Amino acid sequence: MSAVTLTNIVKRFGSVTAVHRMSMEIANGGFTTLLGPSGCGKTTTLRMIAGLIDPSEGDITIKGRRVNDIPIHKRNLGLVFQNYALFPHKTVAENVAFGLKYRNVSKADAQEKVRRALDLVQLPQVGERYPKALSGGQQQRIALARAIVIEPDVLLLDEPLSALDANLREDMRIELKRIQHRIGVTTVFVTHDQSEALAMSDKLVVMSNGVVEQIGEPEEVYTTPASEFVARFLGTSNILDARCTDLDTSSVVLDVPGIGRIEVPRARAPHISGKGAAKLVLRAEKLTVAPADAPGDDAIALPGTVEAVDYQGQAARYFLRLGEIPLQAINMIDQSPFAEGQAVSLRLRPRDCAALPSTE
Amino acid sequence: MSVEAREKRQPWILLSPALVAVTLLLFVPLAFIVVYSFWLRTATGADQTGFFLDNWNEALSDPFYRDILISTLRIAAITTLVCAVMGYPAAYFIARSKGNKALLLLMLMLPFWISYIIRTMSWINILGVSGAVNWALIEIGLINEPLQMLYNETTVILGLVHFLLPFMILNVYVALESIDISLEDAACSLGSTRWQSFLEVTLPLSLPGLAAGGLLCFVLSAGTYITPLVLGGPTDAMFANLVFEAIITQLNWPLGSALSLMLLAVLGTLVLTYNHFLGMGQLMKGLG
Repeated sequence: MSAVTLTNIVKRFGSVTAVHRMSMEIANGGFTTLLGPSGCGKTTTLRMIAGLIDPSEGDITIKGRRVNDIPIHKRNLGLVFQNYALFPHKTVAENVAFGLKYRNVSKADAQEKVRRALDLVQLPQVGERYPKALSGGQQQRIALARAIVIEPDVLLLDEPLSALDANLREDMRIELKRIQHRIGVTTVFVTHDQSEALAMSDKLVVMSNGVVEQIGEPEEVYTTPASEFVARFLGTSNILDARCTDLDTSSVVLDVPGIGRIEVPRARAPHISGKGAAKLVLRAEKLTVAPADAPGDDAIALPGTVEAVDYQGQAARYFLRLGEIPLQAINMIDQSPFAEGQAVSLRLRPRDCAALPSTE
Repeated sequence: MSVEAREKRQPWILLSPALVAVTLLLFVPLAFIVVYSFWLRTATGADQTGFFLDNWNEALSDPFYRDILISTLRIAAITTLVCAVMGYPAAYFIARSKGNKALLLLMLMLPFWISYIIRTMSWINILGVSGAVNWALIEIGLINEPLQMLYNETTVILGLVHFLLPFMILNVYVALESIDISLEDAACSLGSTRWQSFLEVTLPLSLPGLAAGGLLCFVLSAGTYITPLVLGGPTDAMFANLVFEAIITQLNWPLGSALSLMLLAVLGTLVLTYNHFLGMGQLMKGLG
């Protein structure tokens, strides 16, 4: 049974439709991420699951129970906010124990649960302190402890890492994943940060303008985007106009102006249904820049020039030109990157490409 | 002059006009009042300079003054309580409203554009013998003779609440405004009802604002003399009326000085107590 199901959810704010006919199932015990740019409806969706806002249409069920008319305090959810939302006038221990007060837990049991929750977030010593005496990362751990101590049916995380600085954010996402794995709570995570989403999720829901663009495992979404939006939003992609000239169960043949004939595996082009206009998707890290005189290999080699270089230390991002076509490549480098204006050989493999139906 | 010396001097240069004004207009007159309170008014009406404790003796021992001081503090306390009960929901409504907050705050400021005395006198047109309420009650036939509603302690409190409610609302509003709205959501998600999360989270966090508003209301109402003059009866004098009476009517400056210092001491003690427990920061926020 799914932990959470949304069926044809619509949310309108006045004349603005924030979420449009959204349906999805969130598996028990999994880590599901709602990913999208700001204003895509991901937070609105989370807040509807939480019961902080009511959907205009559609049904929400949690553990098989329809919750549309059940107020937030009876939904048994753990909620973690971007700004921590710890009660500043209560100690850390009182914060964590807050939800237990409403749950018929004896005082001794509550103390024990609080202690275990603080152990779990690796802050066993701070119970008597006030939240403002803790760092941002510690406050977020306490917020997490407060949300999980009540053993919620679903844990809802609303951009919990975005207020932390970059290094801490990476530590916290490993930590968060570890804790989630350990207690096995169904988790819905909202973020606009694609690397968080890819690193943490079992399942990714990519949203744009209130509509679900794609639902799938992170690798699947990354390698086989279902739409041009997903291809552009996750990572850096070259998206080229093409024509599908032939297709069968094993491959899709594209004719790409400026490049030629590319045979994309069928698995990477599940949405191509017939011949005609299409798009070729080539991830920037799958386009290799080689010296112009490098010996050929199994890849397609095309002559190009480097227009600009963005040096990033372990990698370089190249802005390239292949005839009239601008391309981007991100390559790991172990020596100096290619120079601007240099003539190079661009290498790509058809098995690394994906194809999308053209929306125009 | 070095940069450090200049930077050190700058705040004093900027503060000096205000310091001059406060010194000349507050501390110097206050010093005069202190000196006056030890003079003596003779039977001929002339002031005799010197160091006499007669005024202080009269002010501190006469039960007449003590009783009026107590009833003044009682009226101030009731006014403060009514302002708190009426002002808190209004402040909460403004703090939580979306979009039209600026308009609501403007409406709150609107009464300040009209003189406090005129606002106080407007109650005569509403509650007086030929006022709006009596007229309406006679018109619809509920009463034959106009009711005597004015000139008692209740109307004094009514006038004070009318005057002071915006101060309370503003102070509570500022406190509520600084509370993160997601705290209540967090409390609800943990299982408390909206009302419980208000009691557990929002109310305690807004108490400093409520206390600051309360202090302002109390001090301002305990020091008023216009409201009891306009809306009170002969027996509803408040302490400031005694000062007014002594100085303006009887021209007895020495006694009036002693009485006003007595009120200042009582209210000053209250402010210092507040400052000791809560600090002045919240009060400043509410005023600014």
